[in-house]
Amino acid sequence: MASGSSSSNWVMESGDIPHVLAVDDSLVDRKLVEKLLRNSCCKVTTAENGPKALELLGLSSGEQNTLNGRSKVNLVITDYCMPGMTGYELLKKIKQSSVMKEVPVVIMSSENIPTRVNKCLEEGAQMFILKPLKQSDVKQLTCQLMNLGR
Amino acid sequence: MDGKVQLQKQLFDYTASLFQEGFLDNQFNQLEQLQDESNPDFVVEVVTLFFDDAERILNELTTSLGQEKIDFKRLDAHVHQLKGSSSSIGAQRVHEACIPFRNFCTEQNVEGCLKSLQQVKHEYSLVKSKLETLFKMEEELLASSLADLKVV
Repeated sequence: MASGSSSSNWVMESGDIPHVLAVDDSLVDRKLVEKLLRNSCCKVTTAENGPKALELLGLSSGEQNTLNGRSKVNLVITDYCMPGMTGYELLKKIKQSSVMKEVPVVIMSSENIPTRVNKCLEEGAQMFILKPLKQSDVKQLTCQLMNLGR
Repeated sequence: MDGKVQLQKQLFDYTASLFQEGFLDNQFNQLEQLQDESNPDFVVEVVTLFFDDAERILNELTTSLGQEKIDFKRLDAHVHQLKGSSSSIGAQRVHEACIPFRNFCTEQNVEGCLKSLQQVKHEYSLVKSKLETLFKMEEELLASSLADLKVV
């Protein structure tokens, strides 16, 4: 991963550190994705479920922005299989919102089911990554984000 | 100095055997590669989280299978969780033992589930003991290295 001081083509202003919201009901996976992202010079916030993620993004009904007031989230990476609200449902809610619909959403899953992958991509997911997550996945992800023009 | 070299070799050989015997897979290497000065205990921390998580799930599975009316969907959800977390840390044999377990849940096969639970528990206790041995060896090696530094 390029050093943090180099200029970047991130969607946010160059010089800013990307802020990623990682959503997963598994504590082990949250710790892993957090370290992977931190090692790629990202600032990371984690959430254990969809509703908490929406709250952090300021998309819960009636809730004031808790994260977005000060630090903008540049990417959401979420597990697909979560009890209650699935990653797919979270993706839909983000893409349906006027404020957050431009934010790239990446779906992670341990199961490589073509219909699942397709429905996520059709709903606007940036990428579908197979678990377990590796450094090469995060590198690929951050490179792709670098190329997102605005 | 000789003691340290011996410890290093022991650690190397032991780690290699865990991979050869399929207890660990490449994902464990990923964890090791993530460990750095900013997080020197990362592997132990993640693996400890896995131990806590796995034990919680195994208890739940045992309780669930002891019920009069078994909720196979709930059972499957728990096995899925364990399958995921074991895969994330590279505990290959635990991960693999979860696969037939999930099939038995889908089939609502109680006998199959009970057998699978035994198998998963067995694999879990093996990998736990081996990883604890590995971490102890690493601690000994570190202590030995630090002792070397003190000798002027």
